Amino acid sequence: MSARGSVAVVGVAESDLGRVPDHTSPADLMAQAVSRALAACGLRLEDVDGLFATTSQLRMAPLALAEYLGLKPRYFDGTNIGGSSFQAHLAHAHAALDAGLCDVAVIAYGSTQRSVSRAAAAPREVNPWETPYRPILPTSAYALAAARHMHEYGTTRAQLAEVAVAARKWALLNPVAWEKEPLGIDEVLSARMISTPLTVRDCCLVTDGGGAMVLVRSDRARDLGVTPVFVLGHGTALAHQSISCMEDLTTTAAVHSGAAAFAMAGTGPDEMDVTILYDAFTITPILFLEDLGYCPKGEGGHFVSGGALAPGGRLAVNTNGGGLSYCHPGMWGILGMIEAVRQLQGGCGARQVPGAGLALAHGNGGVMSSQCTVIFGTEDTL
Amino acid sequence: MNGGETMSPRARFLDAAARGELAFQRGANGEAVFPPRLVAPAGVSEPLEWARSDGLGAVHSVTLVHPRGEPVFALALVDLDEGFRMMARVDADDPATVAIGTRVRVGFRALDPDGPPLPIFTLAEGEA
Repeated sequence: MSARGSVAVVGVAESDLGRVPDHTSPADLMAQAVSRALAACGLRLEDVDGLFATTSQLRMAPLALAEYLGLKPRYFDGTNIGGSSFQAHLAHAHAALDAGLCDVAVIAYGSTQRSVSRAAAAPREVNPWETPYRPILPTSAYALAAARHMHEYGTTRAQLAEVAVAARKWALLNPVAWEKEPLGIDEVLSARMISTPLTVRDCCLVTDGGGAMVLVRSDRARDLGVTPVFVLGHGTALAHQSISCMEDLTTTAAVHSGAAAFAMAGTGPDEMDVTILYDAFTITPILFLEDLGYCPKGEGGHFVSGGALAPGGRLAVNTNGGGLSYCHPGMWGILGMIEAVRQLQGGCGARQVPGAGLALAHGNGGVMSSQCTVIFGTEDTL
Repeated sequence: MNGGETMSPRARFLDAAARGELAFQRGANGEAVFPPRLVAPAGVSEPLEWARSDGLGAVHSVTLVHPRGEPVFALALVDLDEGFRMMARVDADDPATVAIGTRVRVGFRALDPDGPPLPIFTLAEGEA
């Protein structure tokens, strides 16, 4: 069992985002983010002995990145469970650092899915029980969950749209966000339908991009001259791979990952100053607010209404603009963690949540298949 | 072949579909299992035995898929009365009439010109 607060994030960085120059490789973006994250904490490539990396575009991402950067890591992990992989990498890095299997752990991601197309960047496996019916995946899977949530709890399309509108308002405060124009609920509802009830504005962006973070044991973190952000808790959970095998379409395994993370951190949802919920589609933050305990099951749609997640609302959610409006290179989990860390470091400019001391970054992978939750804190909340 | 199996689970399922039968599996205690597989999942007792569904069920959830330049169709998760769930299309003159809870009956047709017949559901209004 990893110890609460025994490791800290000391550096985070995005790679270039949006649309990168032609023929940029996913490893280019991973390496760029790693270099920036190391520079942020004054460490060098030569210090890195733990390497955690994945992307849909590289079958063996730790090998690709180690070769690119000239690393010979003592410890490595290429776990790929979709967009929550990096939360899982952080949990694994925590254990490895605690056990002395490495001293400086780097987690990295890069994708050029906008440049090369989603079909090329993330070809889907053929599932003989689903593929022949030609669902638009992953959208149709999330649409099936959204439709069921609407049926069971009376959630409305306008409530789904609230999630997209709030994300856009945050994105307008983030200079590197992809979207630059305001968005209204009616625009979400009248946008091109993909798979009912989800329009294209209910779906995350398709951009290039990547990110990286550096972790060390907490004693060393305090000697680096940076603001350490401590890892207080985490939980990881696997549920299913295919939407047709999801046990309950309206309850995700975030119930388990969240409970484990909060128990380890000794805190709860009411204490979070910043909440990052992987918004692959507008339905997911609603599900995660319920499953992580911010509101009872079925009340997520009501919870997000009236601009509740937007700047100035009742809960600061996805302050970077989310996968819906900031960037979405395909596996967004690390970008959510980067924002959580930055908020606790106090470096978020116009979108800074004043005095943020606790932040949750929840990752989602596949079609609500893997759920991983991380809780970060500052020296004050350690 | 150097094992005991002579047909994959998918091949058995398609073989049944070609005869107009919807095949699934049951564990030793009667638990329905889908999709078909070689080994029972945790919580289900071996051995798995093949069974034939009556092909009647209810729509658990449905989405109208809007492919670019092609007709809209209803894609559903169907709960079969025997206790298993599967993805399939539901054919209807107006796909918007396919709603959660709608009773459906299985039929079989190929979706691709060279493809095998697949379970495709139709509305089964008035049927128990």
